[in-house]
Amino acid sequence: MSGVRLLVGTRKGAFILTSDGTRDDWDVQGPLFAGWELYHLNGSPADPDRLYASQSTGWHGQVIQRSEDGGKTWETVGNEFTYDGVPGTHQWYDGTQHPWEFARVWHLEPSLDDPDTVFAGVEDAALFKSTDGGQTWEELSGLRKHPSGENWQPGAGGLCLHSILIHPDDPQRMFIAISAAGCFRTDDGGETWSPINKGLRSPELPDEEREVGHCVHRIAMNPSKPDTLFMQKHWHVMRSDDGGDSWQKVSGNLPSDFGFPIEVHPHDPETVYVVPIESDSEHVPPEGKLRVYRSKSGGNEWEALTNGLPQEHCYVNVLRDAMSVDSLDPGGVYFGTTGGQVYASSDSGDSWTAIVHDLPAVLSVEAQTLP
Amino acid sequence: MIRVVLPQHLRTLAGVDGEVELEVPEPTQRSVLDALEAQYPVLRGTIRDHGTAKRRDFIRFFACGQDITLEPADEPLPEAVSSGAEVFRVVAAMAGG
Repeated sequence: MSGVRLLVGTRKGAFILTSDGTRDDWDVQGPLFAGWELYHLNGSPADPDRLYASQSTGWHGQVIQRSEDGGKTWETVGNEFTYDGVPGTHQWYDGTQHPWEFARVWHLEPSLDDPDTVFAGVEDAALFKSTDGGQTWEELSGLRKHPSGENWQPGAGGLCLHSILIHPDDPQRMFIAISAAGCFRTDDGGETWSPINKGLRSPELPDEEREVGHCVHRIAMNPSKPDTLFMQKHWHVMRSDDGGDSWQKVSGNLPSDFGFPIEVHPHDPETVYVVPIESDSEHVPPEGKLRVYRSKSGGNEWEALTNGLPQEHCYVNVLRDAMSVDSLDPGGVYFGTTGGQVYASSDSGDSWTAIVHDLPAVLSVEAQTLP
Repeated sequence: MIRVVLPQHLRTLAGVDGEVELEVPEPTQRSVLDALEAQYPVLRGTIRDHGTAKRRDFIRFFACGQDITLEPADEPLPEAVSSGAEVFRVVAAMAGG
């Protein structure tokens, strides 16, 4: 019987939550790497038992872990992320220039067909690639060396590359997003990159429609319709139907279009999920009610999903990498909160159950559908 | 023989309990850390940066009850450390939450 494995990264270690296809009962394993920040864990689509984990602390920096057995055992692999050439500078918060400095890996994205190939999105923003299972890393420096690079400015969480989407039909095409630079696309496997931010508007910028500088929080795609992208921006929920060449606002009737995660239903590329947050200065759910919003029309028309979610006195946040979907039928949707809950829905969001209530603050949730 | 005490996270990472023992002919901060990283490659990058060997900000080095972090990296360590009578301590600063 098929099943689901949730890879949960937290401020104080990693947890692995496992269930069979019913998704009724969950086994909880962890904490793994206790006391370390686990920004992200992810599994290879080509070999679901091949996992990668980004482990870090302010004391000891970055460590990368790899598992060959679905997380039962782990091996430390390479942690040398050296920028290509002389890194130069980017803009700092105060507008001065600041040296590019590696801080941590925010997101790990294994290749669709090779378990040994994995991409890492890092802070300060850059994209690295490993083709030997994480032992060594090489920067795809065409991105950071884009002429706009010296104007990239960190968001509140740092200058982070947090989203990596690989086109399922053409692996040479990838989409990435950086806070606060925006989205970029490559059509040659990462050698060269183009900004794809036309249609984004950020009133907090002097030139609100500038090509680069937007605080994109997350991008998502359904592999069956890979040129349709959805975006949760600092403010505004956006969609593109031309591979990012242009974007349209689809916030519609959301109570707030500020938020962090965005996900697309595993089987319906027009069904989208977001978690609205009060504002960029409050970072809590509106009215103390934790509500996932679902659009079945690709945006604009949204419905609140509340069944099983706290509807009073709830002031947790859901971070950008902390929502994921499985590919069972009906589709499962999962998210983790800064309050340590991981919520699961096995009916595409109609109802929710907390698998765990009291983990450390959840940084990331990745759902693996197991054969 | 040099005796090295690591902070908890690094003991876990290196898979060791208690002290680490190293053979270092002419012990200095640099040569002890070189030997430590050679014996436990998993520690590379967790005490000093790759490439530059710059000490990470929240790491300090103690010996004989003294903070020797800012001593020159190639200065010989105290005789008591060189002889193994005292430990060379890698300390993770009190920080975080």
